[in-house]
Amino acid sequence: MRLVEAVDVGRTVQIPDAEPLTILRGVELTVEAGERVSIVGRSGSGKSTLLNLLGLIDSPTEGELRILGEDAARLRGARRDRMRGQEIGFVFQQFNLLPGRTALENVQTPLLYAGGASFWRRERIAREMLGRVGLGERTDAKPERLSGGEQQRVAIARALVRRPRLILADEPTGALDLETGSTVMELIEEVAAETDAALVTITHDPAIARRADRHLRLSEGRLVPLDEPVPAGSAA
Amino acid sequence: MNALARLGTGFVSAVVEAMEELRIHRGRVLLSLVGVAVAVCALATVVGAGAVAEQGVRESSERGGGRAATATFNVNAATPPDPVQVGTAWNEVLERYGVAYGTRLSYGEMLVQFTDGAVTVPVQAVDPAYGIIHRVRVSEGAWFDETDAERLAPAVVISEAFWDRLGRPPLATHPTVELLGEGGRTAVVVGVTPRNGEWDTEPSAFILADAYASLPVPGGTGSSMMGSLLPSFEAWIDQNQADPIIEAIRRDFAAALGDGVQVDGFRTDYAAFGEDPLLFVKLLVIGVAVIILLLGALGLVNIALVTVRTRIREIGIRRTFGATAGRVFFAVMMESVVGTFVAGVVGVGVAILIVRSPLMSMLLGGGELEDLPGFPIEAAVIGLGSAVLVGALAGLLPAFAAIRVRVIDAIRF
Ligand SMILES: Nc1ncnc2c1ncn2[C@@H]1O[C@H](COP(=O)(O)OP(=O)(O)OP(=O)(O)O)[C@@H](O)[C@H]1O
Ligand SMILES: [Mg+2]
Repeated sequence: MRLVEAVDVGRTVQIPDAEPLTILRGVELTVEAGERVSIVGRSGSGKSTLLNLLGLIDSPTEGELRILGEDAARLRGARRDRMRGQEIGFVFQQFNLLPGRTALENVQTPLLYAGGASFWRRERIAREMLGRVGLGERTDAKPERLSGGEQQRVAIARALVRRPRLILADEPTGALDLETGSTVMELIEEVAAETDAALVTITHDPAIARRADRHLRLSEGRLVPLDEPVPAGSAA
Repeated sequence: MNALARLGTGFVSAVVEAMEELRIHRGRVLLSLVGVAVAVCALATVVGAGAVAEQGVRESSERGGGRAATATFNVNAATPPDPVQVGTAWNEVLERYGVAYGTRLSYGEMLVQFTDGAVTVPVQAVDPAYGIIHRVRVSEGAWFDETDAERLAPAVVISEAFWDRLGRPPLATHPTVELLGEGGRTAVVVGVTPRNGEWDTEPSAFILADAYASLPVPGGTGSSMMGSLLPSFEAWIDQNQADPIIEAIRRDFAAALGDGVQVDGFRTDYAAFGEDPLLFVKLLVIGVAVIILLLGALGLVNIALVTVRTRIREIGIRRTFGATAGRVFFAVMMESVVGTFVAGVVGVGVAILIVRSPLMSMLLGGGELEDLPGFPIEAAVIGLGSAVLVGALAGLLPAFAAIRVRVIDAIRF
């Protein structure tokens, strides 16, 4: 299944008292279920902006973007929110943990919006996921008391807890040492494999980038293949 | 069924979320809710105290004119009919219309021997139901009951001034008084009514109508007051159909007494006199309470708006994890309502303590209320209801503010 299909996608932001700023232009991207894609690029090149578009958090100003077969431009309101919660797992670059809540509560948050059995069993599910990222002992700690790497792992657990089909990770190992970083990447890949989810990872770390099937680079607002160009149709 | 279950889970999860939010933000929540609790407390206290005060006013009116609805009937005839026959006819009519409480009432006097001489004491001759119709308070002993009619010695309920003149003997010792006149009798004191005020210093008494009829007349002419003058008759009837019942009783009573006898009947209770005499007080009280509450609501909206601003980012994060705008709206509302509900419970609780405090009951009714209303349910309901309403209204604005922000702007906030 094609999870992401971007055709000539652009994103321009209006800045008060200045020229509009074009962050992305002519972005072409397809991601199939089970695929692992890595994106690299200079700071400020628009990587996070692109990931926000793929995560239905932001909308393109040009081009056509289809996420899980749905036209992102037409997907609005509660349907958009529910699909985001149900199908997409987002690891933010700044973690975006809820302050004041424990690690466990943070990981439970997506399950509050899940309904059904996932809602009722949210604590157990969250506990198990925290255990898998190696924080089984720190479930009651609040983000303020956690190290950067621990916060990052809480953010990862939170992104995975609803078993999304599209995992979007913005520098998921930025705050982790080499060893923890690769352990956590293994975990993300493992969870992705369990549900045949696609994984799009933004990273600066060549070792992390190398784990992907496909390598892309964002440069001057455009997405270009890196190292080994992807032959047409290889993803199918 | 499935949709229903989903709805139920959605509701529960929203409540869970709201409770969690309340717990996290308990500091500021507490701050904003103190205002609401104070307002609700003021409202409930005012309404509650108002109800108690109203009860006081009503009781004193009732002691005069009887409870709602009390009707008085007077028999007029050129040649007075036999009092016994009139009494029987009255009882039959009461029974016919299912009136449980009816009384004869006549004013007379009796000559009482005190240690310091004989005194003429005004007396009201009544039936036991009089005590209920007029809410007669008894501070010692008891009001008349049915068995008092069978006593050989007539029973009397005396005023406190009367009791003072007797030297305040304990009623358990069955004190007696000597009634002077030809064929004088000894009466038993069964109850004492409290003083009606500072001015209430002259002895007075109640006596059962039948007993009074058999008493000697002061001065010793031999015929009792009852023989020459008919009493008036009072009935406590259903307020909602007072007029037709009064008319029916009047008609049947007159018919039973034969030709040439007229009976008129009219209401004497306070409720019969046009408008609610307490309307003004009530409106004033409600006006003040509403103003207090509006001030509380304003403070709440203010704080809620400020805090939503600081929470925009958090709300944005929640939305990226699947919280719909409706869900966020509901959660913010819910948080406000749950909070004000708790504040309402606290406010009403404090109001109960205030209204039930001895100081308050002294202020309101001089501690003389017979039916001291516990804490009026209406005050509790109004207090809680308005707290929830204020919570919903105050939650509306921040809830709209919360969903207006776009997700991308919220997380970059
Ligand atoms: N809403 C916005 N308004 C103005 N400028 C914006 C907005 N969104 C993004 N930008 C700008 O667009 C550029 C790309 O931002 P983005 O966060 O996507 O970069 P990035 O590739 O993720 O960088 P980094 O590696 O440092 O995280 C930046 O210069 C940023 O300032
Ligand atoms: Mg970035």
